[in-house]
Amino acid sequence: MEDLQKINNPYGADKVIDSCSIFGMMDTSGRRFSGEDITKAIANMHFRGNGLGGGLAVYGIYPDYADHYAFHIMYLSPQGQQQTEAFLKDKFYMVKAEEVPMRPIPAIVNPPAVWRYFLDVKQDRRGAESADDYVVERVMDINTKLKDSFVFSSGKNMGVFKGVGYPEEISEYFRLEEYEGYLWTAHGRFPTNTPGWWGGAHPFSILDWTVVHNGEISSYGINRRYLEQFGYQCTMQTDTEVVAYAIDLLIRRHNLPIEIAAEVLAAPFWSDIERMPPKEQKLARTLRQVYPGLLLNGPFTIIIAHNGEMIGLTDRIRLRPLTVGVNGNMIYLSSEEAAIRLISPELDAAWIPSGGEPIIGRLGVQLKPEPSVVSGARL
Amino acid sequence: MTKTAGNSVVKIDTTGILYKELNARLREIASDSVEKVELYNVCGQRYIGTDLNRPIQIDIYGTPGNDLGAFMNGPKIVVHGNAQDGCGNTMNEGEIIVHGHAGDVLGLSARGGKIFVRDYVGYRAGIHMKEYKEKKPTLVIGGTAQDFAGEYMAGGVLVLLGLNLAEGEKHKAKYIGTGMHGGVIYLRGEVEKYQLGPEVGVAELDEKDNQVLRTLVGEFAGHFGYPADKILNHKFMKLYPRFLRPYGRLYAY
Repeated sequence: MEDLQKINNPYGADKVIDSCSIFGMMDTSGRRFSGEDITKAIANMHFRGNGLGGGLAVYGIYPDYADHYAFHIMYLSPQGQQQTEAFLKDKFYMVKAEEVPMRPIPAIVNPPAVWRYFLDVKQDRRGAESADDYVVERVMDINTKLKDSFVFSSGKNMGVFKGVGYPEEISEYFRLEEYEGYLWTAHGRFPTNTPGWWGGAHPFSILDWTVVHNGEISSYGINRRYLEQFGYQCTMQTDTEVVAYAIDLLIRRHNLPIEIAAEVLAAPFWSDIERMPPKEQKLARTLRQVYPGLLLNGPFTIIIAHNGEMIGLTDRIRLRPLTVGVNGNMIYLSSEEAAIRLISPELDAAWIPSGGEPIIGRLGVQLKPEPSVVSGARL
Repeated sequence: MTKTAGNSVVKIDTTGILYKELNARLREIASDSVEKVELYNVCGQRYIGTDLNRPIQIDIYGTPGNDLGAFMNGPKIVVHGNAQDGCGNTMNEGEIIVHGHAGDVLGLSARGGKIFVRDYVGYRAGIHMKEYKEKKPTLVIGGTAQDFAGEYMAGGVLVLLGLNLAEGEKHKAKYIGTGMHGGVIYLRGEVEKYQLGPEVGVAELDEKDNQVLRTLVGEFAGHFGYPADKILNHKFMKLYPRFLRPYGRLYAY
């Protein structure tokens, strides 16, 4: 990693500013479908990105290994791979190891070797820690201490595929039409501060959490320092990384429901809090006081996902776009409505949610739009 | 692309056509004597109608991309669907009629022309519209607006009808007219004081205002088949800028 830092970020820039395309789709019935549709949809927003980063996340992808942690790792050198595989064998039972299948295409230049491993935690190694905590720490170990190795996916029954290129090229490269999942997210990147690199592409992920993001987290420095207190090391020079760790901390470790986590990230303004009823006000005040270091400032639209859920959220004054589409069991989240219409011309409803209002898709729950945004004229 | 009708109407199936190619084709068509263009299967192509300088009608079936009608100077665009962000960006003359909703920054920096949206609109509708003499951009929104409607408004007319609200339900938009220093907003229904920017004054409509409103609501109702009388027979508020140079002394000492 230390070498990578020199190569990809010679000026030590703190973060990368994005202005990107994002898309998410899930079938709340749990039906699995291929990556073809989402690839078409994200490609329809080609001009929002610049080819310096693309990626997709998919859930329900490894049913045969659903109980094993699936690590996707990029290697920049064979030595890095040897060292990291020795580390993995020491810390985990390695159930399976294979190179991630890909097809060489001209658009993808100088790709790193990408491998995947299905792992079980060694109980005697883990001690009193939870298996998830143990995995997070080992991911941090590899990303910060081992040379030329980078874990970019570490959850169960899900996987992240990403790199430098347009998202449709990344999808073609990793043969994503051959995989099936019930929930997919995708990202096309437009980095403007530092060169795009394979690790800096979205989605960002820890365990089964993934985040794709359009915008710029101006609170990155504060968020990063806050997260460091909890053992999260930001190594990818992209602001979005903090969102993945913040969500892991709030939801998995602090056990907060997603609605509350959303209120931490996109906290209501103090002026709005003052007008809330007493009980709500107390909660909102408490959250802002307990988690000031996780408030996300600056423009953002994010799609967060983990096993069973997909959440769309924008900043409080909606400086980046998000459109929701619903068609039966299908839920779509997109930077632009046209991308949804391309793969699902007929929708039960398409609407633009208010800033800071989370849109939550859950397995087994059909999403219904708020009446105020879909009702016609009342005359 | 196919020309299937006579001289005056051109139909184009836009499936798979990139925005540059489509807009180049529209420029070419506009230079002929064509009166109407019908675009089918539109799906995200940006800037449709840009750089067109005469009153030609463009009917769009599908979902046009961002900055629909940007810098447009004369055409009439009818969208049979929803419009995305930046619709009417810096438009100078012409009309955009949206049979659906529109996204963020509708009519941003517009200098003239009219936009009618049947349903609601996203954030910052009418941001920094400006006017000069007879050039007066006009937005008429059938539903509600999200926050910051009329932000930094320097001129023009913004009409917010709130037709999707239930009887007695207030508008939800906050920061309406923040930084407003020109133009006027006519709002049908009610808002609380805290929903308005500090630069905004509230007044009753006078006869001149009512005349403007009657004309615009009449046009709006005509486009979407609504009864104009029923829309007009309701309480309206006039929102105006209290200062023409709210920040004139900000850096002066």
